[in-house]
Parts: sequence; C-alpha cells; structure tokens
Amino acid sequence: MKTTVKIKRYDPDIDDVAYWQDFEVECDEMDRVLDILNTIKWEQDGTLSYRRSCAHGICGSDAMVINGSNALACKMLVKEAGSSITVEPIRGLPVVKDLIVDMETFFDAYKSVMPYLINDDPVPDRERLQTPEQHEKFEDTTKCILCAACTTSCPIFWTNDEYLGPAAIVNAHRFIFDSRDQAGGERMAVLGTREGVFRCRTAFNCTEACPRDIQVTRAVEEVKRAILFKKI
Amino acid sequence: MLHTFDAVIVGAGGAGLRAALAASPRCKTAVLTKLYPTRSHTGAAQGGMCAALANTEEDSWEWHAFDTVKGSDYLGDQPAIDIMCKEAVDAVIELEHFGLPFTRTEDGHIDQRRFGGHTHDHGKGPVRRACYSADRTGHMILQTLYQQCLANDVQFFDEFQVLDVLISDGRAAGVVALELATGEVHTFRSKAILWATGGFGRMFKVTSNAHALTGDGPGVCFRRGIPMEDMEFFQFHPTGIYKMGILLSEAARGEGGILRNDKGERFMERYAPTIKDLAPRDMVSRAIQTEILEGRGIDGKDYVHLDLTHLDPEVIDEKLPDITEFARTYLGVEPKTECVPIQPTAHYAMGGIPTDVDGRVVIDANDTPLPGMYAAGECACVSVHGANRLGTNSLLDIVVFGRRGGEHMAEFVQDVDHAELPNDADEPTREMIDAILDREEGEAVGQLRAELQQTMTDNAGVFRTDETLAQAQEDVDEIAERYESIAIDDHGQTFNTDLAEAIELGFLIDLARALVAGARKRTESRGGHSRDDYPDRDDENFLKHTLAWLGDDGSIELDYKPVKLGRYEPQERKY
Ligand SMILES: Cc1cc2nc3c(=O)[nH]c(=O)nc-3n(C[C@H](O)[C@H](O)[C@H](O)COP(=O)(O)OP(=O)(O)OC[C@H]3O[C@@H](n4cnc5c(N)ncnc54)[C@H](O)[C@@H]3O)c2cc1C
Ligand code: FES
Repeated sequence: MKTTVKIKRYDPDIDDVAYWQDFEVECDEMDRVLDILNTIKWEQDGTLSYRRSCAHGICGSDAMVINGSNALACKMLVKEAGSSITVEPIRGLPVVKDLIVDMETFFDAYKSVMPYLINDDPVPDRERLQTPEQHEKFEDTTKCILCAACTTSCPIFWTNDEYLGPAAIVNAHRFIFDSRDQAGGERMAVLGTREGVFRCRTAFNCTEACPRDIQVTRAVEEVKRAILFKKI
Repeated sequence: MLHTFDAVIVGAGGAGLRAALAASPRCKTAVLTKLYPTRSHTGAAQGGMCAALANTEEDSWEWHAFDTVKGSDYLGDQPAIDIMCKEAVDAVIELEHFGLPFTRTEDGHIDQRRFGGHTHDHGKGPVRRACYSADRTGHMILQTLYQQCLANDVQFFDEFQVLDVLISDGRAAGVVALELATGEVHTFRSKAILWATGGFGRMFKVTSNAHALTGDGPGVCFRRGIPMEDMEFFQFHPTGIYKMGILLSEAARGEGGILRNDKGERFMERYAPTIKDLAPRDMVSRAIQTEILEGRGIDGKDYVHLDLTHLDPEVIDEKLPDITEFARTYLGVEPKTECVPIQPTAHYAMGGIPTDVDGRVVIDANDTPLPGMYAAGECACVSVHGANRLGTNSLLDIVVFGRRGGEHMAEFVQDVDHAELPNDADEPTREMIDAILDREEGEAVGQLRAELQQTMTDNAGVFRTDETLAQAQEDVDEIAERYESIAIDDHGQTFNTDLAEAIELGFLIDLARALVAGARKRTESRGGHSRDDYPDRDDENFLKHTLAWLGDDGSIELDYKPVKLGRYEPQERKY
C-alpha cells in the first residue's frame, strides 16, 4: 500500500522556522511508523533526523507526536496510523532538529527525585527479602523507559516547564513504594513543592500516552495521597 | 575540544555502567555513549541472569561452570568461566542491594527459573538458575545500574560517538569522539580506556539487535591494529519474530513453551531427547533450519511455531508479559490461543576484542596486554562463551567483567602518567568525516548496508559451506570497495545521523570481513559455527581461538591461540 506521511521539519543550520513536508512511501500495513521513517531516510531524504535504537518499544528513543498523539514510532503500526500519517516532535521541549528534541530538562526533573534506592542499613550477606505483595506495590512504575511520552503530553508541562512532570513522579513512586527504600520522606519533600505533584490536574493524557501501559495517573494519585496522609 | 581524564569508558550499557561504578570513585572517569545510557540494548534483555543461588532447588557454581563449558562446545576458557560462575552469586546479590526489583518467591527470596542448557548434576536435567524480573530483566539491570551511577555522580557525555582510539608508545592515550548534537570533534586524553560498545548484529538482515549495534568499539580497535577473536562464532537465537527478528526470550520455553513444525510435531524431541526445547541455542536454531529446509516449515515457508497455548494464562501475564505483547503488537497474534510464527534471528557476538579475566585487551597469541586498554561486555571476548553462549550468561558476563575491568583500570591509572598524545590526534577522524561530508554524489548507505545484511544472512548464517562463505567474501569485498565512494544527503553539523550511519556501516563491513575469513578457515562445526561441508567438531585441529588482523588494504590475516582448558575434558556434546 501507499502511505502519505507529513513530517514537521526543522534544521537550525538552514531553516528559520519549522515547516511541513510530505513524503509518499510504499509500505505494508504491518510496518511500524519507524520503518516508514527509515524508508524515507534510506531511500528518499537522508537529512530526515530522529532518534531510534531498539525498534520494539523498549529503549524509549522515538517518542513523537503521531496523528496528534504521543506514541513510539516503533510501536505504532501503519494499520493503526492509517494511510495518511502526520509526524511531529514531542511538545514542550526545545526542538534540536526535525523530530529530535533537547531532553536535558526532562532528565533534570528525573534526577531531582533521587531515582535510586536509598537504604543505610548494614548490607546483608544475601538478598533483602521482599514478598511478591510488596513487590506488586511498585512493579508497574518500574516499567518506565524514560521516553518522555507522558511528560510531553501533559498540558501543565506545556505551559510550565518547571513542573517536574509525570515521568519524574512515576520514578519517585517506584522508590517511595519499594519496601527496601528509606528515603520516601526526602522524595516526598521534593514532590510536595510548588513544581511538584500537586500541579497535576488529572488530565489522564499521560496514562494514555504511556507506551508501557503504566497507570501513570494512578501512580501520581498514590504519591499525592502518600504526601497528604504521610504514609506509604 | 580537549578533555583530560584518568579513565574513559566507551558505552553505557550494563558493562560500561558497571565498570563506571567500579572506576569512578577511585579516579577521574568519563563515560562516553552514543545513546542516552538508558537507551542501551542491555535494556532489551528479557529472560534472566544466571547464578547458582539455589533459592528454589539444589545448585552449585561448578554445575553452572560445566554447563557453560559444554554450551561453549569446549571453546570457552575454563579459568575465566570458573571466575564468572563463582562470582555470579555475589553479582546478583549486589544488584539486589543496588535496588533491582527481582521477581520473588512466596517467602521473599529471588525467584529462579529454567533456561536453555542450564542443568543440575552435569547434564542430568534442567535446573532453576536464572534470576529474573518478569521478562524485562535487562531493562531492570540497565535502569538499576544507571540509577546507581546517578547516585555516585558518574560523569556522562551523552550522545558522544567515539570514532577513533589514540595509541602512543604502545599504550592507550585517548579517544576521539563526535558530539552528535553539534558536530564538534572532541579529543579525550586518558590513561586508560574501557570499551563497552555491545554487539554488531546489524551486520545481518534478521536480527534481535538494535539499530545502534554496529560494532563501533571493535571496529575502531580493529583499524588500529588490535586483533579480533573468534569472530566466526555468531549466535542465531531460535525464536525471533518472523521477518522482524524481534526476540521472544528463551524464557518462553523455560516456562514450558514448545516448538512445533507444520505437522504440529514437537520436533526438538528428535534432536535433543533429554532436554528437548531447552537445548542450547545453536542446536535449536539448526533444528529449526533443518525442519524448514526439509519442507516442514509452516505451510512450507521459512518459519515454525512457538506454542504457548497450553500454558496457564496467569503464568503468561505474570512471567512473560512483554514478549507476548510483542506478538500481539507486531504479528497480531494472541499467544494464549494461537501459535507464534518464529525463525532464527542473529542475536549475539561471541567474538570480539580479546581480553584477559581483568578486562585487559590482549593483542597476540601470547596474550600480551596493551597497557591501558580494556574491554568488557558483548564487544569483548574473554572468552567465557566460546563457540556458543548460554542464555542468561551475557547479563552475567557484563556485570562480572564490567566490574573486574573497571577495578583493574582504576588500579592501573594510579601509578602511570598520561601517554603523550600523537600530533594532530583528531586529524584522521576529521579527515574521515570531511571525506564523507564533502562528497556530493556516490553510493547510497542504505542500499549498501542492505546488500551487506543480505549476503551475510544468506551466506554466513546458521549453516555455512566453503561455497557460501566464498560468496560472502566476494560480496563483502565488493561492498567495501563501493563504500569508498559513499555519499550522503545531510551535509550539516547538527545531529547528523546520516553521517553517523555512514561511519557505522564502515565498521560493520570491516567486522564482516573478519567473520567471513575466520569462518572459511575453520573447517569444522562447533557451537554457533556450523559447516555443512565439515559437520563434525575437530578438536585435533581446531580446539583453538581464531585471531584476525585487518590489513591496510582490507585483507585479513589469521592466527590462532590455544583454548585454556581446565577440569572438563572435551566430550561429545549431547543433550
Ligand atoms: C533482545 C535481546 C534479549 C536478550 N536477553 C538476554 C537475557 O535474557 N540474558 C542474557 O544474559 N543476555 C541477554 N541478551 C544479551 C545481552 O543483553 C547483551 O549481550 C548485553 O546486554 C550487552 O551489554 P553491553 O553492555 O555489552 O552492551 P549494550 O547494552 O549494547 O551497550 C552498548 C553501549 O555502547 C554505546 N556505544 C556503542 N557504540 C558507541 C560509540 N561509537 N561511541 C560511544 N558509545 C557507543 C551505546 O550507546 C551503548 O550505551 C539479550 C540480547 C538481546 C538483543
Ligand atoms: S526505537 Fe526503542 S523505543 Fe522505539
């Protein structure tokens, strides 16, 4: 089948402003949108620029806005995207070139929640025990691949890039609810500030955008509740 | 721009990050990575990481070592295998302490499951040895190690692609890297360098490997006179999604999945009567290929079925959620009720940069180290995997030898000064980049790469003969010649991925040459290297590692070094 792809282009070395360009691509309905971008890059226009690596939804490189919504190009097939596809960079982060955005502020927000296990007890000889029930409490948020699809789908983040955003909160949740972690209080102090979790207006965009099917809004709500009721 | 560090680590997958955790507290360390660390392909690993914890049934590190030696078809170096299997237990426990959320047993211990080629009592039957986190173990390892690096203030240079290594006075002196965002060329002066750039499966058409796995580290070293070891041993994983190559972990068979041919027959019973579908990968891939060649592929086509329909749906949801989702997303198949079309997929490079057990790069048949040069992970060849890697042993390899390499490197830099940088250290890199950027017309990178992948898949794949390998050699030589006149569309400085891909193709071509040359000369079948014209293993002539050097004219020179044997004498490999 033939698909028309409309891509938002911008090269800072050449262009003053971004513009739309159309490509026509021969493809199969089981192809990924990423396959289409590759076909364009390899056969039609090598200047088309985007990040990609794993090609199966696991590395988080290729979040972009496809037909108006955030998705990973490697997880969306042509049969869902249709025969006329629009592709543009994720919103709220500065565009570097074509579909590539500057991820610095995104990763800064992630780093600010201390995304690592903190436990000051003496290190035991064997594993710290954790029951399947305890594990279950935070398992969902361990799936995050830091693709930024959630954060850049959030209307609050678009208007205020100081807002930590759902991805940072998801990663804080992953540790706050881990029975082995002891720094929940410190993380909740970060998340309880003006730019923290209470900015969230429960728009649910993030949950819909997550390519890993993480219940993002639920995680945000659980963190809110933990802060309000001071218990985990 | 010039930077000065004690140690530079190239790559931020599991091997690079674990090395960084070891080196960074003790010396000024930089980690250079062409992808954001969390985009590394370690994150794609699914099934597990083995260690004889004996949490669910009796096990011992010696059994693990035996299985690894046997799995390697006796080409693995036994002293290195002993180290890896012994240190496995501590490595897993350490990851748990770092925060890794392993799947647990009811009483809260790390759960373990079965995996291909892992047995109790030296081959008596399958054993539960793989520690795992659902089917996203690699994701958890990558995230956990990155988290620890953040906690320990490791310094990263994200999206810096290393394109050259500097060697002076016979010592490592630094690396040259392209900053992708700006196009600027940077020189990193350093007393020691550790390569951890992962695999190079993108040499093949159907592969489980990421687009980024183009063998840059080995490629750079190869061009600078460092030999490559055992390149002919490339693992084809039995269960890649048909046509796409996306992996469906062996854990699917560990949990009870079965392979079936067109007649619905469980054909592995014929090839490996004792452990059947859990035989090592080289054997299962050959069995699938044989079924296909003999007309028993599904509908006579080039694939067979992975059958999970008899598994408890809850087991599928709890233990194999990601891979069953892949089948739904990419094939539109529901694994709970339908069989999944699969075919062998190019998966893992057993060969690579030769090292000793401390990660030091060794450059000849006498294992002479090149001072200051280290390598770990899939780009290295210790060799713990020999002719065929067992599932779960790579995640183990990257953490054990990543740490050992990092520690040795941190020790090494304490007592030495920086080597003198060669004059115009970055000149060769600039010339290479400019030559590609300045050419207005020429061969297209995408087309050349597709031709390389096609011939490697057709002629240097699961089964090989002298005839097919000669064909591959001829094709690769021709592709290499045409590569000299490649031209790209993007002539800009900002994020020039067109340029990056062009350079990566060059590395793939050089490494393909080594693979094919080694495979042609090895007139035997062993592990992942299977010659139709020499179907038997030949210990008399080939119980040895291949070393390949790249000549200026692209020719390959071969030499050999002995396998380091140990407790286990080579035997016939039956399962
Ligand atoms: C789909 C899949 C599933 C797997 N499942 C398992 C499993 O269950 N168990 C198991 O034991 N093994 C498994 N493996 C194998 C294992 O995951 C890999 O061998 C291992 O993760 C490799 O780790 P690494 O650190 O060596 O390299 P990688 O994780 O691939 O990292 C390479 C790094 O090098 C960087 N890099 C590359 N080139 C350059 C350059 N020029 N300049 C700068 N940086 C560069 C990249 O940015 C990246 O950070 C699996 C492999 C695949 C593909
Ligand atoms: S390329 Fe890795 S998530 Fe899409």
